[in-house]
Amino acid sequence: MTAKIAYDEVEVGTELPARTFPVTRATLVRYAGASGDFNPIHWNEKFAVEVGLPDVIAHGMFTMAEAIRVVTDWAGDPAAVVEYGVRFTKPVVVPNDDTGALIEVAAKVAAKLDDGLVRVDLTATSAGQKVLGMSRAVVRLA
Amino acid sequence: MALDQSFVGRTYPPTPPYEVGREKIREFAEAIGDANPAYTDTEAAKALGHPDVIAPPTFVFAITFKAAGQVVEDPQLGLDYSRVVHGDQKFAYTRPVRAGDRLSVTSTIEAVKSLAGNDILDIRGEVHDETGEHVVTAWTKLVSRAPEEA
Repeated sequence: MTAKIAYDEVEVGTELPARTFPVTRATLVRYAGASGDFNPIHWNEKFAVEVGLPDVIAHGMFTMAEAIRVVTDWAGDPAAVVEYGVRFTKPVVVPNDDTGALIEVAAKVAAKLDDGLVRVDLTATSAGQKVLGMSRAVVRLA
Repeated sequence: MALDQSFVGRTYPPTPPYEVGREKIREFAEAIGDANPAYTDTEAAKALGHPDVIAPPTFVFAITFKAAGQVVEDPQLGLDYSRVVHGDQKFAYTRPVRAGDRLSVTSTIEAVKSLAGNDILDIRGEVHDETGEHVVTAWTKLVSRAPEEA
């Protein structure tokens, strides 16, 4: 494990570079295939509406995968992430058009722990709604 | 319908090993749009100290969730899967998943609750490699929503 960020260089409140991740219907089809999650709420509008959703929604695990990229890109080595947890608070609704939806992710160092570890708190929003809650990673820095 | 509380603490037998393929990791990394070379380039992964390409942090969910299927689909538990949504997800890693791993998952029901008509199920999946070394633990909270007319 070779993180490129040094523990001594970060403070509580240090912000990680924020990112915006686009997601379209095509993204979801591709993620369904790669992850093996073929639940039709992620690709079939008729089915999604029938079960009470406003439209097709992104896989929660897709949003979780995108959000942690803010941390892995910052740390350099993805193995720097030793813990990662989220709560799925609202769905990311993905309309059937060329632009789809955007997932906006911000993160900052919330605590410096022992042994070169820091806790990073993430926020993820889409269409102004908070889509992840209690989103935290523990990261081992150099 | 309330779930059977006697399932709390129940552990299911370890799953047959899932072999982690280099191209499966690449496919997953491309599907999430992540160009980090540690996922696709063996030399880049080795430069970071890994013996082979590693998988993105959430990759292992496909394996642990499939393993959780034996819990979710256990007819004695009585979960209505058509109404299930993913509530929480957490991972704790001893090391990253990497190409060539043969991973086995042992699933345990940590909690069974009923809140306002919703059934809530907490499943822990312990992932070990073929040498028995711990790789990652995954905690998954599933919520089976109460029927609307109730």
